[in-house]
Amino acid sequence: MDFLEWATSPWGQNVPIHIAWFLIWVSAIAGLLFLIVHAIYVMYFAKARVFASDASPAVAAKIPKHVPRHSLVARLFHWVMAASMFTLLFTAFLPKVGVQFPWVTYHWIAGAVLTVSIIFHIIHASFWLDFWSIWPDRIDLDDAWKRVRRFAGMSAPPPRKFAKYPLENKLFHGVIILCGLSVILTGIFMMSRVRTVFFPRNPYLFSDMTWGLMYVLHGLAGVGLIALVMMHVYMGLRPEKLPITKSMIFGWMDRDFYLEEHDPERWVVEAPSASSISSRVESRGAD
Amino acid sequence: MAVIRDVMPAFELFQPSSVADAQKLLEQHGPDAWVLAGGLDSFDWLKDRIRKPKAVVDLSGIDELRGVRTTADGIEIGAMTTLSEVVNHPIIKQKYDLLAQAAEVVASPQIRNQGTIGGNVSQDTRCWYYRGGWPCYRAGGNICYADTPEGRNREHAILHADRCVAVNPSDSAPALIVLDAKFVLRTRKGERVVDAEDYFIGPDIDITRLHILQPGDLLTAIRIPSTWAGAQFYFEKIRDRNVWDFPLMNVASAMTTSGETIERVRIAVNGAAARPLRLKAVEDAVRGKPRSATTGEMAGKLAVQGAVPLQFNAYKIPLMRNLVKRAISGVEEATWTS
Repeated sequence: MDFLEWATSPWGQNVPIHIAWFLIWVSAIAGLLFLIVHAIYVMYFAKARVFASDASPAVAAKIPKHVPRHSLVARLFHWVMAASMFTLLFTAFLPKVGVQFPWVTYHWIAGAVLTVSIIFHIIHASFWLDFWSIWPDRIDLDDAWKRVRRFAGMSAPPPRKFAKYPLENKLFHGVIILCGLSVILTGIFMMSRVRTVFFPRNPYLFSDMTWGLMYVLHGLAGVGLIALVMMHVYMGLRPEKLPITKSMIFGWMDRDFYLEEHDPERWVVEAPSASSISSRVESRGAD
Repeated sequence: MAVIRDVMPAFELFQPSSVADAQKLLEQHGPDAWVLAGGLDSFDWLKDRIRKPKAVVDLSGIDELRGVRTTADGIEIGAMTTLSEVVNHPIIKQKYDLLAQAAEVVASPQIRNQGTIGGNVSQDTRCWYYRGGWPCYRAGGNICYADTPEGRNREHAILHADRCVAVNPSDSAPALIVLDAKFVLRTRKGERVVDAEDYFIGPDIDITRLHILQPGDLLTAIRIPSTWAGAQFYFEKIRDRNVWDFPLMNVASAMTTSGETIERVRIAVNGAAARPLRLKAVEDAVRGKPRSATTGEMAGKLAVQGAVPLQFNAYKIPLMRNLVKRAISGVEEATWTS
């Protein structure tokens, strides 16, 4: 079973041309298996979560009823990115599984939208938001180790509550960065092989081997995104995660959920002022 | 041209005597099966060892696929009917002469004696990079060797190119589109009848095929309704060698007029894109107008809107413009007889 498809170039060179398309099903099935296993685990085996300590009554009293989490700009970015990602996945893989339609133009337009939105996000997150809030820190790693030990039945003190993002979110974001940047960077070069408004066609920009590897990387990252997006949507729809999903729509989460999941010392939320939630979020750099 | 490398690769030959048997064999072997009609396109692929099917299903022994039959509303031509039979059939000559004209300029008399109408509309493109076995888009790869500054693309597409710039080489296809023909397919789900223009697909839909036939499917017949019987027809084919060649481009039109005014019209060209193109915008523009050189001029200009020439095929734009102009205005400057 070959994971890549190979061809002989006109110069007799054996070059990869793209991934084997059965990997689409491998990724979809892997995503589905994750959902099933996770759902069964949560339903039948997961123990109640225990955290180190609750916020003091004094701190809790200062938390507003609606805790701002995502600014309007950040939410708009997320949904634009989601729309372009779904368009990219459907236009890329539906034709490969038998649903025929003229997909190329939709695909590169969605790719261009994704690229622009990601560039915007990088700049926005770097200069206007709390850039480091999405990256794992030492406390995340310490707590992850404690959670692993407790999961295995070994003794360990309970972990702290989460900062703005749980470690799982941060790791998922990291994997999405890897896959997303892979498809974007390779996709930008691949656009020189089709007729777009951006570049004159130049299929000989690279050697056949380099092009082949680029198509393979694009394909691998693309099929990887099938499973990742399935996991993300599943998590967004799980009942216990719905407050987080709602915050991506309305911009805020309930005070109770915040106090239950998050550590006010690690994710500092100030008391509300007269200004709107959106403006508070912007000024404090929530993303 | 493709290099002949060796004798044909070994395959299992099946010679069914009924459509049902043929379809069963095609379903059984799926993508590993190759449908053999007249063999004129097939043997190129097989002898060049570019295609190596495990099973070849030869349709030549199926009588029900042969012959021209009259129906309540026109005629039905079996897919295995030879082009010579189409050319010489009295009803086709009398009522659907457009198809006879188109079939008569396919290749040579010997090839028309062997080639079938089903094979002519289902044959693969002549792009030599593709037929030479190069790993291009159409062959499942990730490049078009013809659409490059150095590529030999004199015969390739000026319209609707999408990564691949190959063109459909059929002469009968535009005539059948103009005659509003229906293609009868046998598929796994039963019989399916599609309009002629829907039988052909471009690279935007599926870059590896020129038509909608899937593995296991079979084109069994072509039905031509009486809609355009006896209309004023025009067919012209431009090729490098008038004795025997694929079209650089061809045009087919059918028209009814009232006095000098065009009442109904259908027009299609082939050799401009990966599928024969019905020029609906042209039809709409000339309907109700006088059949004149002025109308033809306007139609020709309209037909080539959006054309994008490659390095060596810019000539196809004035060629198409003039073919459409002549088809509409009725200037018959080129006729061939066998």
